[in-house]
Amino acid sequence: MHICVCVKRVPLTGGKITLTDDQRALSTKHLGFTVSPHEECGVEEAVQIVEREGGSVTVLTLGPAEAEEQLRDMMAIGADRAIHLVSGAEEWDPQATAAAVVAAIGAEEQQPDLILFGNESADAGNYQVAIRVAHALGMPSVTGVKKITFESGRAVCEQEVAGGRDIYELALPAVVSVKEGINLPRYPSVPGRLRAKRKPLEASNPRRPAAQLEMVKLVLPPDSGKQMQVLGTGAEAAPAVVAVLSELGVL
Amino acid sequence: MSVLVLVEDPADELAQQALTFARSVDGDVAAISISGDYAPAAWGQTLADQVAARAPQAVIAAGSERGNEVLAHAAAILDLPLSANTIAFAAGSPPTVTRVRWGGSLLEQALLHGSTLLMTVAPHAVAADGVAVELEVVSPSQHALAVAPTKRVGAASGGVSLEDADVVVSGGRGVGSADGFAIIEELAELLGGAVGCSRAVTSAGWRPHTDQVGQTGTKVAPDIYIACGISGATQHMAGCKGAKKLLAINEDGEASIFAHADYGVIGNLHEVVPAIAAEIRKARAA
Repeated sequence: MHICVCVKRVPLTGGKITLTDDQRALSTKHLGFTVSPHEECGVEEAVQIVEREGGSVTVLTLGPAEAEEQLRDMMAIGADRAIHLVSGAEEWDPQATAAAVVAAIGAEEQQPDLILFGNESADAGNYQVAIRVAHALGMPSVTGVKKITFESGRAVCEQEVAGGRDIYELALPAVVSVKEGINLPRYPSVPGRLRAKRKPLEASNPRRPAAQLEMVKLVLPPDSGKQMQVLGTGAEAAPAVVAVLSELGVL
Repeated sequence: MSVLVLVEDPADELAQQALTFARSVDGDVAAISISGDYAPAAWGQTLADQVAARAPQAVIAAGSERGNEVLAHAAAILDLPLSANTIAFAAGSPPTVTRVRWGGSLLEQALLHGSTLLMTVAPHAVAADGVAVELEVVSPSQHALAVAPTKRVGAASGGVSLEDADVVVSGGRGVGSADGFAIIEELAELLGGAVGCSRAVTSAGWRPHTDQVGQTGTKVAPDIYIACGISGATQHMAGCKGAKKLLAINEDGEASIFAHADYGVIGNLHEVVPAIAAEIRKARAA
């Protein structure tokens, strides 16, 4: 099974988001970066499938030069190779992102049997790149998947819904977007990190088309305006807490 | 000019919110539902066919998992942009949309191009106006890539579900270990509530992912959310901002969770939480 997993470099936002002066990006001077959580689970899932069934895992990103860090991280937890579509500082909209992914996968010698995405990116949350890629490549797709197994050459995918899980069976090749909780991603080992440095990474510079969902600026949502009432310090606060619970009618 | 709204279930609050949002885009709103079982690509094709037949100005659905999925299929088929989880619309050529990022911790203003405007409406961005609308049922179109669920399996249910709980007692990194959750469980049980946790906790393997409250976990809306040893990362706040009241218990008086809290206790949760449990027992015995 040859699997391609699409990932995105996103900042670790911590407790408070601050914006750059031009209001077009997050101020990331003091922030670390990671792979968007659902997608990290996608890489772990691909690695587990290949450990079980054989094959290869390719990890693909569209992101700035610095996103090589995330590709190396994903190769450290078991991906075999990486494709880096190097973008500039400007964000790519979902249509442009999907088109770049489609072109990159289309150029692959070994076509993937399975293309994994995260259900939505942590930052932009556009909920559509996986589906656009599936249509462009003529593959069936399912989103929000929490379990994947294979039965007679088909991917059996479980999607969480209110009241249970819906089961989808997809002919391969297929596109599947996964959600965190499908697995618990492993931490990279030191030997894994060393191996990742030598794994192949192909970089190219696709041209960014004009955005159809054209970001103008980012805005922080209005402050909650809450005035916190301090109920006390340490165990001595317990009676005041119970008084509040009683007042709220939850006791 | 008109707006077409996809309604899966007219009784659903999110569908009513989507209809209300649609009326703010244009007064001429038509609502459709699609007959038969859910099949995302086929439903997307159905919307694409409706766009061809009716030439609406915009197509709108709720920003539910299914709403986002079907509109993404329609957008892919029509090769049009889609604004997912939109909260505001301002007419113009092209119009400007405001949509949520980072699970609601950040907003984006964007120009939405395209001959037909495709949008989903972020949950609880607008209050439903309750105006009745006539629902037209259309048959699903065919699509070569359509897949549909073959069956539904039940979820294992035990205790109060996190999503519906009136009280959620949630633990973060400050709980320190899987065993440390005993006091969190005890308080939740005393209040008839559910146990939640932060992403740091599920990443450490202390609790199952089904307990995670956050952007990549469950979104909760209890009467009170009791956050114990949780710093208040944006990832977590995206999951609990629907709580009516938030009580934060944290040793660090500077923790960002306090900026979101209605009530605060500054102290070690390992002392504070058992003391609250003891006080509840005392109050009930009296």
